[in-house]
Amino acid sequence: MPVVEITQTVDARGLSCPMPIVKTAQAVKTIPSGASIELVATDAGSVKDVAAWCKATGNELVEQTSDGAVYRFVIRRK
Amino acid sequence: MTTQTLAPFDPLAEAIAAADGWPEVAETPVAAAESEGETKPKDFLIIDYSGELEKTWATMILASTSAAMGVKTTVFVTFWGLQTFVKDDKRITGRNWMQKMMSAMQRPGVSHRKLSKMNFFGMGPWMMGRLAKQYGVASPRELLEVAQALGVEFVPCQMTMDMFGLKPEDMIEGMGEPVGAATVIGMLTDNSVPLFI
Repeated sequence: MPVVEITQTVDARGLSCPMPIVKTAQAVKTIPSGASIELVATDAGSVKDVAAWCKATGNELVEQTSDGAVYRFVIRRK
Repeated sequence: MTTQTLAPFDPLAEAIAAADGWPEVAETPVAAAESEGETKPKDFLIIDYSGELEKTWATMILASTSAAMGVKTTVFVTFWGLQTFVKDDKRITGRNWMQKMMSAMQRPGVSHRKLSKMNFFGMGPWMMGRLAKQYGVASPRELLEVAQALGVEFVPCQMTMDMFGLKPEDMIEGMGEPVGAATVIGMLTDNSVPLFI
C-alpha cells in the first residue's frame, strides 16, 4: 500500500458530533487539492459521519482504522 | 369441489380507483440519484422560531454540519428565535416599556436559552450544560461561532425585530440584513430543504 503523506492532523478526541466533521471540513479547506489530512476521533458516530461527509463533498476517504475506541481516518482533498 | 379465492377487499383502494383511476406512481428521482452514486447538495433553510435551548442546539448542529458538507445554509431567525441572536451581555432591549418588560422576562442571548421542559428555574439548562461538557458536546454558543465561520447566513426577520423593538446594534456581529417572509420564500429552490425549528 502506498504511503499517504499527511499534511495535517486533526485531533478531535473527546469531541462529539458535529465537531469532528466541522474540524475536518475546516482543515481540508486549508490544504491543497491532492493533499491529505489525518483525523483522530473518539466519537463512535464519526465512523458513519466521515464516510457520509466524504461522499457529499467528493473528498476521498483513503484509510480508516480503529484502535479500541479511537478512530483514525485519512482523507484526501479532491 | 372448487376452491374459491376471495379477492382482497380494500374499500379505500376501490374508492380511489373508482374516482380517478390509480394514481400514477412516478419513477422516483431518488432512485435515479442513488444510481449515480452521488449525493446532490441541496440548499438548507432553517427557520429558527422557538428560541428554546434544545431547539437552538439542534439548529446550530444542523446548520454547522450542513455548511461543513458544502451545502448552502441559511437560517431565518424570527420570533422567539431572535432572542438567541441578541448579544449575550445585553440585558434589557426594546424601545417602549412593554418591549423592555418582555426582554426582562426572558433574558436574551445564545448563552441564556431556557429548556422547553424541565427548566426548573435554570436547573435544567445548568445540568444540560454540565452533561454537554462531560460528553464533549459543543455549546450552542460555540456552534454558532463555528456556523458563522463556515459561512452559514443568519438572517433576522424585520417584522419581529420591529415588534420586539430590537435594534441592529442589539444583535451579534455578522448577521444578515433583516428581511421579510417573501424574501425567505423567494430563497427556496427545487433543491431546498426547509426546516421549521
